[in-house]
Amino acid sequence: MKLLNELSKRGKNKFDIEDDINSEIEMLDDKYLRDDVNIPDVSEIELIRHFISLSKDNYGVDNGFYPLGSCTMKYNPKINEDIAKREELKYFHPLTSIEYSQGLLKIMWEIEEFLKSLTGMDAFTLQPAAGAHGEYTGLRIMWEYFNEKGEKRNKVILPDSSHGTNPASSSMLGLDVIEIESKEGMVDPEKLIEVVDENTFALMLTNPNTLGFFEKDILKISKILKSKGALLYYDGANLNGFVGIARPGDMGFDAVHLNLHKTFSTPHGGGGPGSGPVGVKEFLKDYLPYPVIENSDDFYYFSKPAKSIGKVRSFFGNFSVILKAYLYIKELGFEGLKEVSQIAVLNANYIKEKLKKYYPSQFDRLVKHECILSGKIYKEYGVKTLDIAKRIMDYGFHPPTIYFPHIVDEALMIEPTETENKETLDNFIEAMIKISDEIKNNPEIVKNAPITTKIQRPDELRANKELKVKW
Amino acid sequence: MKFIPHTQKEIEEMMRDIGISSLDDLFKDIPDEVKIKEKLNLPTPLSELGIKNEIENIFSSDIPPKRIFLGGGAYYHFIPSTVNYILNRGEFYTSYTPYQPELSQGILQALFEFQSVLSDLTGADVTNASMYDGATSLVEAIFMAERIKNKKRLLVANSLNPEYQEVIKTYLKPRNIEIEYIDFREDGRVDLDKLKDKSKNDFSSLVIQSPNYFGIIEDIEDINKIVKEKDALLILSILEVLSLGMLKPPFELGVDILTGEAQSFGLPLSFGGPYLGIIQTRKEFIREIPGRIVGETVDRNGKRCFVMTLRTREQDIRREKAKSNICTNNSLNAIASLVYLTTVGPEGLKKIANLNYKKAHYFKQRLTNEGFNLTFSGPFFNEIAVNLPFSYDILKEKLSIVGIEGGFPLRYYGMDNSYLFAVTEMNSREDIELLICALKEG
Repeated sequence: MKLLNELSKRGKNKFDIEDDINSEIEMLDDKYLRDDVNIPDVSEIELIRHFISLSKDNYGVDNGFYPLGSCTMKYNPKINEDIAKREELKYFHPLTSIEYSQGLLKIMWEIEEFLKSLTGMDAFTLQPAAGAHGEYTGLRIMWEYFNEKGEKRNKVILPDSSHGTNPASSSMLGLDVIEIESKEGMVDPEKLIEVVDENTFALMLTNPNTLGFFEKDILKISKILKSKGALLYYDGANLNGFVGIARPGDMGFDAVHLNLHKTFSTPHGGGGPGSGPVGVKEFLKDYLPYPVIENSDDFYYFSKPAKSIGKVRSFFGNFSVILKAYLYIKELGFEGLKEVSQIAVLNANYIKEKLKKYYPSQFDRLVKHECILSGKIYKEYGVKTLDIAKRIMDYGFHPPTIYFPHIVDEALMIEPTETENKETLDNFIEAMIKISDEIKNNPEIVKNAPITTKIQRPDELRANKELKVKW
Repeated sequence: MKFIPHTQKEIEEMMRDIGISSLDDLFKDIPDEVKIKEKLNLPTPLSELGIKNEIENIFSSDIPPKRIFLGGGAYYHFIPSTVNYILNRGEFYTSYTPYQPELSQGILQALFEFQSVLSDLTGADVTNASMYDGATSLVEAIFMAERIKNKKRLLVANSLNPEYQEVIKTYLKPRNIEIEYIDFREDGRVDLDKLKDKSKNDFSSLVIQSPNYFGIIEDIEDINKIVKEKDALLILSILEVLSLGMLKPPFELGVDILTGEAQSFGLPLSFGGPYLGIIQTRKEFIREIPGRIVGETVDRNGKRCFVMTLRTREQDIRREKAKSNICTNNSLNAIASLVYLTTVGPEGLKKIANLNYKKAHYFKQRLTNEGFNLTFSGPFFNEIAVNLPFSYDILKEKLSIVGIEGGFPLRYYGMDNSYLFAVTEMNSREDIELLICALKEG
């Protein structure tokens, strides 16, 4: 497909705009002015066709099954998109006086209440723009808390199955990361005791973890940390595994972030925008980034918490994403959200049960929202998990997350979500079984996959070497 | 309303296959102590019609003035219909990070085009595939400069948006980086003498904004000379990217890292977000840039295609040694800005930028004709600070009568009677006259 600059010819674009000022205006000194603007010059019809063609070369949840583990690629309700794109919001300036934004502030205040209720936390900020931004914000709040107490703690403990954002967020605060080995895919309290000391800042934990397991010793874990004055951080990427069933706030977590673009159905947008609200327990409330939303007699306004860490972004949050999550919660209610995790977990266990003998990993236990399989038994045929992922495309599905978590060799991390029906799961299962047959009978088919996609096996080394990052 | 497609019969079949007798069995590994026992306090579920009606009520209670003269980091600009039309493609908005290039060429090529167009516009060698917003991308630029120059001291122009100054403080406090502020002169521009003075000691980078918070265009070349004498980096933050349709490409003026808020390129104001952070640099610093970068390559059949590249900078590969923790960014908004820029084209972008300049200067002309004083005398683009002889409350009242929102007070600087107004292509001549009338009143 052509690039926009290859379609460009000077004079094609006919965009126009009225000028209603007919007075003489002083011109800016030449030394500030540019000679020309060198961006593509194409007609409107060409640009529409260009982007429609590009969209056809892309695969989303609207196209088909997208079981990307730890990403919760569920259906994105269309009504929420419609409402978030309303004309009123298009031109709603964030600095508009609050007497005109009472409704919007009410939405923000109410979703904080919903999230408090769902997580068991005492206060929320909606500001973080994504999960990793939420992690940073949550850790930053904890940092301020310790700093205020005059405690210099700098050790963050992570299980070896943790998301890459966890250590990266810790590093941004200058904290040191210690990884502990899992036992049967979960945090081993014995090992934890050995590393937790007066210098421990926090343990960051995803629960259900990235293997899809509920951390069964969570209460013990929490006790171990508390006994040394350390804190417990909840990475909410996998909340879809028990939303409506259990709450991180009741498990001893002191700060949590949620991914509204995962559990709460807002679209992933090809990699954002997302939203990563952070919830904290009462003792951390005063450290939240400002502004926070207050409500007195149904009048909503912004304020600054007493010991606020400051600001973590411009304005107040990714409002239109927050709005979509708000609508989703209102559409489902408590029972609906509970059913979300029930069916998400049902789907994940169904896939695991049907496929575990074809793609066995070292673990086999009840999972929550996602399950981990492995392609390691096919190494003897010269087939890697990457090949399996590519072959899955030929059957019309998006591949699962691969090679993560690192503790499972040749991992396939499958998260079906609750919005996929049995028929889709059965088709996927059938395809996976066929692929295992292919590997045994004719592994070349799998090694040569995909054959149905427009482009096949891009040369990533070349991309890295040549670094052509613009036309 | 529910989005679960299973029939009861299917659920039962699946439970049988798994070997459980009730859905509760799926959660038997969760200790009873932490299970939710009572119904949580959440709203009663609503149907699509129900939610629509309810939201109608909420929105109809908020009717802000239609004539907007607010800026300060978010701008009131025209959004052509093409933008939303393309954003509504489910193939784009319901996809995720393009980990599998075979199924993501659409997003990847669009992001490559975004990187290219943005780089061409500013003269950069590298633009990443987007950041959260202008403030957080600025922080990442500061960290980049610290990695490159390794000095624990940062200079910041005080004419940088105060909100951004606050964000920098939050991020820098745990890192023990000293921040020093460079004051502005009476014309609203960076005080070069003070900059020279403060640059006597080593520093990693200087952060400036241009057009700055007061709308004033800085003399980037003069500033850069001083910065380069100390072997430091110049970071430019642009919050009104539309100014690029008129002003010199910043990388031609010596800028090392450019960050910005690209909301003006086709993104709705949406009460503050999501917007679009950009970060750009010169080729030599490409390995220090955070986040996703898309690169061109070929597939096994020699066909041109696009992939995420230099992945070893990123958190999912390098964990604690990554350049940043950023994962989800703002891809869809990057595509929106690409569609915007392609819709208006080179001539259109110049035209809109010039129109902004013209309208803002017409406003200035009318103000001075009526005897009002501007706070600063420096050259400006589409935003200006005006001294007004009344309080913010009185100003708000005067403007609300005529349906105008504008005049953001410069309280942060203790300049209580100075107010910031932005004038864009959306403000008609009549709106401007109405604003002048309202200010004159009483």
